[in-house]
Amino acid sequence: MLSRTADHLYWMSRYIERAENLARLVDAHYRMSLLPHSPEKLANSLGATMRALQLEVDYSKAHAAIEPRAVFEFLTLDRGHPGSIVSCLRSARENARAVRGSLTSELWVTLNSTWLDSRAFGARGARSADVGQFVEWVKERSHLTRGVSIGTMLRDEAFYFSRIGTFLERADNTNRILVAHQSDLVPGASIVPDPYEWTVLLRALSAFEIYRRVYRDVITPMKVAELLILRDDMPRSLLRCCKEVHQNLKSVKNEQSAETERRAGEMHATLYFTRMEDIVGGGLPQFLASFLTRLRDLGDRIATDFLVPAAEA
Amino acid sequence: MAGTPYNEIYLGNGDCRAHYARYAEWLASQPPDRLAQKRAEADIMFHRVGITFAVYGQEEGAERLIPFDIVPRMLPGDEWLRLETGLKQRVSALNAFIHDIYHDQEILQAGVIPAEQVMCNSQYRPEMQGVDVPGGIYAHIAGIDIVRDDAGEFRVLEDNLRVPSGVSYMLENRKMMMRLFPELFSEYRIAPVDHYPDVLLDNLRSVAPIGVADPTVVLLTAGAHNSAYFEHAFLAQQMGIELVEGQDLFVRDEAVFMRTTQGPRRVDVIYRRIDDDFLDPLVFRPDSMLGVPGLLAAYRAGRVTIANAIGTGVADDKSIYPYVPDMIRFYLGQAPIIGNVHTWVLRRKDDQDYVLAHLEDLVVKEVHGAGGYGMLIGPAATKAEIAAFRQQIIATPERYIAQPTLALSTCPTFGDRGITPRHIDLRPFVLSGREVTIVPGGLTRVALREGSLVVNSSQGGGTKDTWVLED
Repeated sequence: MLSRTADHLYWMSRYIERAENLARLVDAHYRMSLLPHSPEKLANSLGATMRALQLEVDYSKAHAAIEPRAVFEFLTLDRGHPGSIVSCLRSARENARAVRGSLTSELWVTLNSTWLDSRAFGARGARSADVGQFVEWVKERSHLTRGVSIGTMLRDEAFYFSRIGTFLERADNTNRILVAHQSDLVPGASIVPDPYEWTVLLRALSAFEIYRRVYRDVITPMKVAELLILRDDMPRSLLRCCKEVHQNLKSVKNEQSAETERRAGEMHATLYFTRMEDIVGGGLPQFLASFLTRLRDLGDRIATDFLVPAAEA
Repeated sequence: MAGTPYNEIYLGNGDCRAHYARYAEWLASQPPDRLAQKRAEADIMFHRVGITFAVYGQEEGAERLIPFDIVPRMLPGDEWLRLETGLKQRVSALNAFIHDIYHDQEILQAGVIPAEQVMCNSQYRPEMQGVDVPGGIYAHIAGIDIVRDDAGEFRVLEDNLRVPSGVSYMLENRKMMMRLFPELFSEYRIAPVDHYPDVLLDNLRSVAPIGVADPTVVLLTAGAHNSAYFEHAFLAQQMGIELVEGQDLFVRDEAVFMRTTQGPRRVDVIYRRIDDDFLDPLVFRPDSMLGVPGLLAAYRAGRVTIANAIGTGVADDKSIYPYVPDMIRFYLGQAPIIGNVHTWVLRRKDDQDYVLAHLEDLVVKEVHGAGGYGMLIGPAATKAEIAAFRQQIIATPERYIAQPTLALSTCPTFGDRGITPRHIDLRPFVLSGREVTIVPGGLTRVALREGSLVVNSSQGGGTKDTWVLED
């Protein structure tokens, strides 16, 4: 497959995944905003999230302070910066359009329709009552896109590169959300967090119901961290995402990709053989920061090995 | 002056032509709302599927539909058979002409066409002189624009031998009609067109460099911002071949490779959808970012086939067009089956005198113009426009040809005011390789504005499904 095609497929999947993750984050905070508790907590959580997403600079250009409605608008329908959901949906569609011949017709039409309809949402203007509805719709479209791609695509490189994009983006996202909440995840954190904040964190990763099923227990920091970092059966955990990236990389290996594959395998193995106690012993923030760097390194290596053609062969 | 246009449905006495009778009956039985609703449905579908063209210089994402008309254009089987035979004849002669021009130039030596008309033509490519191409085929894909005059005779208005487009609309229009009005397809026996991509791929593989057993074919596009990008992506997908941009290809040791995730992979046939000028910055426009450095050298060495060949423009230029019937006689020894539209060549003194005296009745075209630009439509022009053209013709007569104002035939067309007659033409796509093949029909273009004779999509034209009826 053409390197350029693989690149577009990879980014198409990353952007769709990113849109879905943003939708979850907004959804979780939006629900929190409807509950009767202190506005500072909501603002703090939103502020930490914006920092972890590295969107606070763009946000502060147009806004003086973290204000929930402004943040929701910024993350959902704001076309003025590339980090919003509508911008991600557009980028996904533009990448898909560049390689529409390599997608199944069903997948292309799904992505194109999502983009067309997102513009209709934007045109109506964001009212706070629409936020919940919009993010719900974004999640549905992402589910649909994933279903269509799994259900219709040939299992060849096009599919594997698209999966690599999905799981690398998902790992990146899970890592960032953990960073945003890392101070609460240390055992014996000085302030016992509001149970609703745990709810936000878990909902943002679609992990709330899973937590209940897995642990059948009250929510404790160590278990939350374990679920999101080390559980193999949790679809958005770091371990699960690294495992998927590694497996898909094996399917597309080429003459120069051995080292990249080894590093992906190493990341998977590290998580597989690590206990929560070890992570906390070395410091959770340090662990998360170092893991984010390794994810970025993996992304760069994948680009060099497969996606960006060498200057001249 | 133009006579009364040929009406594709009705005879002079108001009766319906036999092949349209059942359709007319069906149409009369349709509630007007249903047609409007079907048309809206078609628009939504075209947007969803992204059958759009990019509009240059507009906001990103500004993509437009080419208007689709829900009333089909029908051709009875016997009329099509004659057209098909005539088209094959014409394209065979055109291919023979291009081969001759880049080899022995017998037609010039015989004095059939003035040598300076060819050798001084900006579309003549000296780089191609003496280069042999597989099968001697240059115009692998030709789009021949056909009109019907007031006497009901088919005539060729223009040959498109460089990168003719529109075939994707032929295919998508048919899909849309089958979706919207399946009942009509059980009423009529309509020749299918969906196999076009198979025929095209087979045709492209048949012209691979000699000795290549299992050729790799790619489609070269200028990219997603090109106005015909949908068609490029569509055809590549339908044929199951890679859609490449110039940056995806490179030349090493006079062979062409594409950059893949598994390393370089050899390319044997390039179905290119970019113009000659942009193909190779080392030879043609040095500022082109769309092409592949070294491509021409690989081509001349016979290591890769380019379709259409480089230099076909010398045969579809409007200054060469008047000589095509002579080519048919010269190369094939046959009388042309489909005639040209009468054309005055303004470099000829007699023709020029006549044209200057009748400018208000004629259509004057620039020989290098395309897309309906650079032309004067006498009956619709102002005095000032005519005067301006007169000056230009006197200054540079060799840049112009003139034709009578054609009464293009009309076909009923559904618009905001119901069904009204609109002028149409037809672009069949002729494929040349091991043999010459034509998928029945082609793209019917329709001038949607009342009275308009310009069918180009850039100037308010739309398209229709074209039905070749099997008897």
